[in-house]
Amino acid sequence: MSTIPATGRTEADRRSSARKRPSLWRQSLRRLMKNKLAVSGLVFLAFMFLICFLGPLFSPYADNKINTTIMNHAPYAKHWLGTDLLGRDVLTRLLQAGRISLTVGITSMLLSVFIGSLLGAIAGYYRGVVDQVILRFADLLLTVPNLPILFIFGALLSEWKVPTEYRMYMVMLMLSFVGWPGLARLIRGQMLSLREREFMQAATVLGLRDRRKLVHHLLPNLFPLIIVVATLNIGGAILSESVLSFFGLGVMPPTPTWGNMIDAANTIIDFEKHPWLWIPPGVSIFLTVIAINIFGDGLRDVLDPKQKK
Amino acid sequence: MSTYLTRRLTYMLLILFAASLLIFLLYALTPGDFVTSNIKLTAARKAELRELYGLNKPVLERYGIWIKNAFHGDFGFSLAQQKPVLTLFHDYIWNSFLLAATSTFFTWVFAVIIGVISAYKQYSWFDTLVMVFIFAAMSIPSFFIGLFLIKIFAVDLKWLPPGGMLTTGSNAVGMAYVREVLRHMTLPVAVMTLLGIGSLTRYFRSNMIDVIKQDFIRTARAKGMTERTVLYRHALRNALLPAITLVGFELPGLFGGSLIIEKIFNWPGIGQLYMQSFSVRDYPLLMGFTMLIAVLTVIGTLLSDILYHVADPRVKL
Amino acid sequence: MPNVIEVDNLSTLFETEEGTVKAVDGVSFRVREGETVCIVGESGCGKSVTAMSIMGLVEGTSGKVTGDRVGFGDRDLLRIDRNELRTIRGHEIAMIFQEPMTSLNPVLTIGEQLMEPPREHLRMSRKAARQQAIKLIERVGIPRAEQIFASYPHELSGGMLQRIMIAMAISCGPKLLIADEPTTALDVTIQAQILDMLRELKEETGMSILLITHDLGVVAEMADYVIVMYSGKIVEEGEVSELFAHPRHPYTQGLLRSKPILGQRLERLYSIPGQVPDPLSLTPSCYFHDRCAHCLDICTRREPELKTLEGGQKVACWLYETAEVEARG
Repeated sequence: MSTIPATGRTEADRRSSARKRPSLWRQSLRRLMKNKLAVSGLVFLAFMFLICFLGPLFSPYADNKINTTIMNHAPYAKHWLGTDLLGRDVLTRLLQAGRISLTVGITSMLLSVFIGSLLGAIAGYYRGVVDQVILRFADLLLTVPNLPILFIFGALLSEWKVPTEYRMYMVMLMLSFVGWPGLARLIRGQMLSLREREFMQAATVLGLRDRRKLVHHLLPNLFPLIIVVATLNIGGAILSESVLSFFGLGVMPPTPTWGNMIDAANTIIDFEKHPWLWIPPGVSIFLTVIAINIFGDGLRDVLDPKQKK
Repeated sequence: MSTYLTRRLTYMLLILFAASLLIFLLYALTPGDFVTSNIKLTAARKAELRELYGLNKPVLERYGIWIKNAFHGDFGFSLAQQKPVLTLFHDYIWNSFLLAATSTFFTWVFAVIIGVISAYKQYSWFDTLVMVFIFAAMSIPSFFIGLFLIKIFAVDLKWLPPGGMLTTGSNAVGMAYVREVLRHMTLPVAVMTLLGIGSLTRYFRSNMIDVIKQDFIRTARAKGMTERTVLYRHALRNALLPAITLVGFELPGLFGGSLIIEKIFNWPGIGQLYMQSFSVRDYPLLMGFTMLIAVLTVIGTLLSDILYHVADPRVKL
Repeated sequence: MPNVIEVDNLSTLFETEEGTVKAVDGVSFRVREGETVCIVGESGCGKSVTAMSIMGLVEGTSGKVTGDRVGFGDRDLLRIDRNELRTIRGHEIAMIFQEPMTSLNPVLTIGEQLMEPPREHLRMSRKAARQQAIKLIERVGIPRAEQIFASYPHELSGGMLQRIMIAMAISCGPKLLIADEPTTALDVTIQAQILDMLRELKEETGMSILLITHDLGVVAEMADYVIVMYSGKIVEEGEVSELFAHPRHPYTQGLLRSKPILGQRLERLYSIPGQVPDPLSLTPSCYFHDRCAHCLDICTRREPELKTLEGGQKVACWLYETAEVEARG
């Protein structure tokens, strides 16, 4: 046996050579920032928000005065996107419409996500009668096709002569009404699989109360799914709102939304000869929804721990 | 299997029953009825007609009549067109089916090919291009792209007709008829394919990516199989199998027509019929159409579940 | 005895988001005909990646394989055509993996998957391949071969699936069988059966086995020659009995000490202190130095080379480089 000398290395020396790891949220944020596509989507959205909410403040045409001298004028220096049939500046109206469309999109998403998550989580957690009732109700709403329902509500709005300011809120409610069942099913499904996981068994064995289990353990695990679904839902809500407006059943003129600006171009003349009236709003919807989808997808890659790219 | 089926069918019927009640009530809520909106009639005549059509009765009674008739296969008489609802459906539904079937076919074919290749060449420039394309396709507002393509191809370039199924006043027959319909179909089918292709391509792409990472693919390569065998025999079959469940969900779209597309392209399909009926409150047609979609949705879901069982030997009902 | 395979200075790099990982770092070894060589080490030491690199299965991911030579017969596996390498895979060199439950295609029958290698490499007809497949199923000790032939992977147990994997591997008469932790996912009793079967097959056919494992018990049972890996490098190698009787490298000594002995009762089980080093922050040194009870100053500054001792054993440790140690004072 050879004599082998001992070393002077201590436990502390060994521990310090291990790397520090940041919190899960910060890690996710860092990874998200690395995804250039997702970041560009976010940047575009921020830009869109800024110009839609702040832009009209800088526009000299924000009062939407009717100016019969320059009706349906093609784009030129004074009006970058031309004017519409009442001589109003299209660009300003586009931004104002963006305000409405974005607001409606986000608010209706928030509503449907809130209702959907709440009901879905309760259904999935408590099972039994509560689950059956919620599930059947969601199923019922899912069986009925969306567009006819929205049309009926739209017609109701027109009939009851709901004033324009309130129409916007009604549209939000309508969209949430058809939107929450899909979300509820997703959340319920996730809740069902989560509650069987071992960490929940451990929580039960430790004798934790229901509320603690729900709020402290299950909810944080649901957040990633909810966030991703919510983000992607905004795009869907904006598209739905535009379809409604296009059919004249959502927010009505003179309040502009991207949807009803496209509808205003339904006459042959406008369609063929005045493309600046309806192409910009369409493109705006398109770009905004793409940005939302790209960003939402990047979020999903980052927040879903099982997902690998 | 049979107990599962009976349970499912019972549930389906109950849901449809509840749905029909809900829809009927909603339509009843809708202001105005068929008669009131017609300005050509005098007040007295209106009252007469209301009596005749039974529009005066309380809602639940009207519903009772409707559901009783429905059970006997009688979905009522269109108030506006004075023909049985089912006959009208039959006249229009095949036009919608033509568009839907063609576009669904192309959507699936392209989605599979593009999705699979893009997954196999993950991270390549082709894949990035495909991802951008997928996002774009999923974000387009349907009515806008329809209008936009019409503007470019029909108005500006004049390559294709702007709408309708046949050129107005045409009485072509045989091959000439077919050719005309094909010309008119091109734009709507293109738009519908474009709209559906985004999410489906992404679905196949992500399935394929998941499958390629699996252990058994590594085994197949370790066995010295050619890349072609690995791709087609092992990867593809596993990636495509789950897609069979999606077939059921296409059912409502196939026969239900697209309200938006048919409006924009002035296509004489069942969606257009619905929109016309809606504006005059032709209740029997409205009920019939909405229930048709509901029924197709429910059947489609059942079909999906059954197909899944057929496709994957591990899944038990 | 001639060598079935000669690996010379094999290295495999992986590009990750956080940097380059050298999973295999200048590994060289030989497997002789009819010999069982065991590569043993902890998880992440690079033993599986070594096997995958030899088979050419690292390509396509973010990995890059380099080396002087991987000699198989008269071919260099690192330099031959991809298609030629493919014809060798499954035919002359076969590989089985750790998780039998997921290593087979769930939508194809056992029979279809068993017939693939002979049909591809030996151009067997369907009929002949079928007959052979059934014989193979019997050979690996599974009764009712016809029934098994027609069944799906999810209908079989882990042990049976691993036998099928072995059957698939030997179906074309390979010269070398690489087994990557073949028994880790199985029960102990099944483990013994699988190992027995591998031994029998080796004796019958004369094929060599390169067995990768972290379990010293398996090594003791199966190996003729042992290679110990740590952090991508070989730290010790030698004949199995010699290595077990006189382990030279502190890591090998630690491994052997860690294995509990049946019947012996200790207050505390021994474990090597510390953790495997982070592959991204390796410095030029002996990678084991921060866990080694005998660490010298030179161990923190220079990598030791694999040197042959008298008796044939090879060690990579500064403790045995007595000349260098004395020269540096």
